[in-house]
Amino acid sequence: MATFKVNGVEQNLDIEPEMPLLWALRDELGMTGTKFGCGIASCGACTVHVNGNAVRSCVTPVSAVEGQDITTIEGLASVAAGANPSAPDLSAVQQAWIDHQVPQCGYCQSGMIMAVSSLLASNPNPSDADIDSSITNVCRCGSYPRVRKAIRSLAIA
Amino acid sequence: MKINRRRFLLSSALVGGGVLIGYSALKPSNHRRANAELATGGEHYVTSFIKIERNNAITVYVPHSEMGQGVHTSLPMMAADELDAAWEDIIVEQAPAIDLFANGDLVKGFAGEFGLPGFLTGIVNASAVSIAELMNLQTTGGSSSVRFTGETAMRTAGAAARQMLIECAANRWSVAGDECSTELGHVQHNASGRSLSYGELAADAALLEPPENVTLKDPSQFTIMGKAISRVDIPAKVDGTANYGIDAHSEDMLYAAIRLAPVFGTKLVSVDAGDVLSRRGVKRIIELEDSVAVVADSYWRAKEALKGVKSQFESSDADTTSSVDLFAGFERSLAEDKNSKVLETGDTEGAMDSASDVIEGNYTVPYLAHAAMEPMNCTVHLHDDIVEVWTSTQDALGIKGRVAKIAGVAEEDAIFHHSYLGGGFGRRLPFNWNVIDHATLIAREFDVPVKTVLSREDDMQQDYYRPAVASNFKAAFDANGVVQAWHNRFTGPIQTPGASHIPYAIPNKSIRVVDGDTHVPIAAWRSVDHSQQTFFTESFVDEIAHRSGKNPYQFRMDMLADHPRHRKVLEVAAEAAGYGENLPEGHALGIAVQESFGSIVAEVAEVSLDSNNRPVIHKVTCAIDCGWAVNPDTVEAQVESGIIYGLTAALYGEITIENGRVAQNNFPDYEMVRMADTPEIDVHIVESGEKLGGLGEPSTPPIAAAVSNGLYILTGQRVRELPLKNHDFSRSTPIAQV
Repeated sequence: MATFKVNGVEQNLDIEPEMPLLWALRDELGMTGTKFGCGIASCGACTVHVNGNAVRSCVTPVSAVEGQDITTIEGLASVAAGANPSAPDLSAVQQAWIDHQVPQCGYCQSGMIMAVSSLLASNPNPSDADIDSSITNVCRCGSYPRVRKAIRSLAIA
Repeated sequence: MKINRRRFLLSSALVGGGVLIGYSALKPSNHRRANAELATGGEHYVTSFIKIERNNAITVYVPHSEMGQGVHTSLPMMAADELDAAWEDIIVEQAPAIDLFANGDLVKGFAGEFGLPGFLTGIVNASAVSIAELMNLQTTGGSSSVRFTGETAMRTAGAAARQMLIECAANRWSVAGDECSTELGHVQHNASGRSLSYGELAADAALLEPPENVTLKDPSQFTIMGKAISRVDIPAKVDGTANYGIDAHSEDMLYAAIRLAPVFGTKLVSVDAGDVLSRRGVKRIIELEDSVAVVADSYWRAKEALKGVKSQFESSDADTTSSVDLFAGFERSLAEDKNSKVLETGDTEGAMDSASDVIEGNYTVPYLAHAAMEPMNCTVHLHDDIVEVWTSTQDALGIKGRVAKIAGVAEEDAIFHHSYLGGGFGRRLPFNWNVIDHATLIAREFDVPVKTVLSREDDMQQDYYRPAVASNFKAAFDANGVVQAWHNRFTGPIQTPGASHIPYAIPNKSIRVVDGDTHVPIAAWRSVDHSQQTFFTESFVDEIAHRSGKNPYQFRMDMLADHPRHRKVLEVAAEAAGYGENLPEGHALGIAVQESFGSIVAEVAEVSLDSNNRPVIHKVTCAIDCGWAVNPDTVEAQVESGIIYGLTAALYGEITIENGRVAQNNFPDYEMVRMADTPEIDVHIVESGEKLGGLGEPSTPPIAAAVSNGLYILTGQRVRELPLKNHDFSRSTPIAQV
């Protein structure tokens, strides 16, 4: 039995301990916001948070997240809001993504948003070099210039 | 702007009051018959609909796929503006995959310009694909949605609906139509101050004949077009709710992992499944003609189980073939020179014979995979004598027909479920049937939905590739050093022959194509032949410029006297890039220009080498003349996107063949431009007011040549083979810039 919390809700799944978290989320829980891109932690489309840190779920076996708190794109805003009833429906990163019209096809953006949210939580004012080294997600539509603009708009000067 | 009515408008009453305005490619003999055909889905092509309901809700149906290009926003903007609707009242819906919403007008638009559209013919012999077949598609490709469906259908339907609503209001008020005006979804009679909403007039409008001719707005009258309207698909793409084909999900769903014949075109001989069937969740091993699949209750279980399945595929002549052999074959083909004419002007042979100087340049580019972020997938459910299909596709209607045929179900008993596309780039066009066919054949064995997914490795190794091409050039100069002849032989097949043409005023040109067929399956890849051909032609033009002793920018300007739009984008891009001004030490600028899909694009790349002598692209300055901009923000986004897609190909893109099969597996050995490689991109839209040009593709072609041309100035090395990662720039001798 694999036990972990997803977006604050405890899940008990009768699955193999080596099943990657990505497939537990998508196929077992039907939470399809987290995407399959490469299966080898290269592209970042599957990025989720484990205890607030960005993790590539396609190579993370569920045994490695036993008892941990998982946040996915579906829960990003509500987890950020916590118990605050007046919090907006979107996190600041998600809102910046709309303001800067970042996504194109959008497939990589769940992972991109999760990676950027984690970066900004640990480094609120990242330099360009910090962005380049931390945000290694692949976007075939080339949304990168807008990703950078959106991050800069969120950075605390 | 008055347009001739080349197609015919249709309208029909809605149950509960309201009007549906559509647009047909065939002439209805009368209005009643048109309505009857509309109701039954007869032999006509309605490309767009605007639905106006009593409560003033206005729905625009979009017959194109949204794959990030913003078409779900730009097309409704065009309809809403001509209708004089309030943008806030517009509801956007994907048109269903039924033949009433086939977008055959797009094909006609292409047919008018070039004959059969190259991006659709793919490897299929054009003669084997009838126009009628192509008309019954719902294709998104060829950078065509806005310039064809938008211009010929969306705007016309919007303008017609507006005229009909005015007529209804005028009748009701017993005033002349020209005393009325429209604004924000209402008809107004200014003299009396009366106003009626479109919703209040819609039931009456449904009884009218649509106008014979409609008057489209002059750009000065636009209220929505030309504005940077936020895309309607973006909110769902930031909160995880956007649905892609791969996200189809149900409790009882099964999943298939598949191994396709690794050498293209070979068949499955035998399978040894060992104890795989006893594994948890595994339901069936399915053997198909060219593949073996494991079906399980989770994709991961299916994929893991497939690793335990041994399979043998038949041997083939291609088993020992490598990329080296394929390129050697190209060389032989070029040497034999059994060619077909692409373009001949003047007397190139004569000019070569009498030349004072001849330069040569032989170029090659490798095969490329599309590598869309969403791996190829298709979910099929056969039940109760019908078939349902979920997949991300650039042609919903065509896929529906294909799945129905393979499932053995009548097309009217097939249901297509739309989704967003996680990238298209040509991979998801019709005729690239793998995964679709396989998913249907696998699902035939079950009565629950089965989702077949290609792994990233399969996606990369079982693509339909951008063709590898070899292209040989010669240029002849007279005694005054003026270029007199352009001689070009390249390997085909070429899908858009115009891609190899050059706009420059060289009096003698001979451009011919020779056979370049191999066993590797090919298809359209963002910008089709333009991406390879522009690298070749714009690099060799640069060679000619340097040999002429002229600055590459000035050379192009001088040779483009008859092409003011080309000159304008070159001028805008060069000036914005600071061409001719002092650059940081160790930096250089390369320039290239290309017309494709109705738009003209100039790009200037600022390049340098890093401490390991690897190319760094600092900035790309781009000027695009796409006629005018329906949504300037999506124009910029598409231009940025096309440049980065082309830059990945220029820097890293290379699919090689070893032992008949693709050698690359996943992103680490088919590398992508990521944040760290991404240059600053500065986009300038040049509004010439000419016909709308395409946007999804035209910024891709020039970038490889722009970067290579800059590297030549920096290093003295002429790049004649891509990708750049294979070049050693450690021994560089910068050339003296003219």
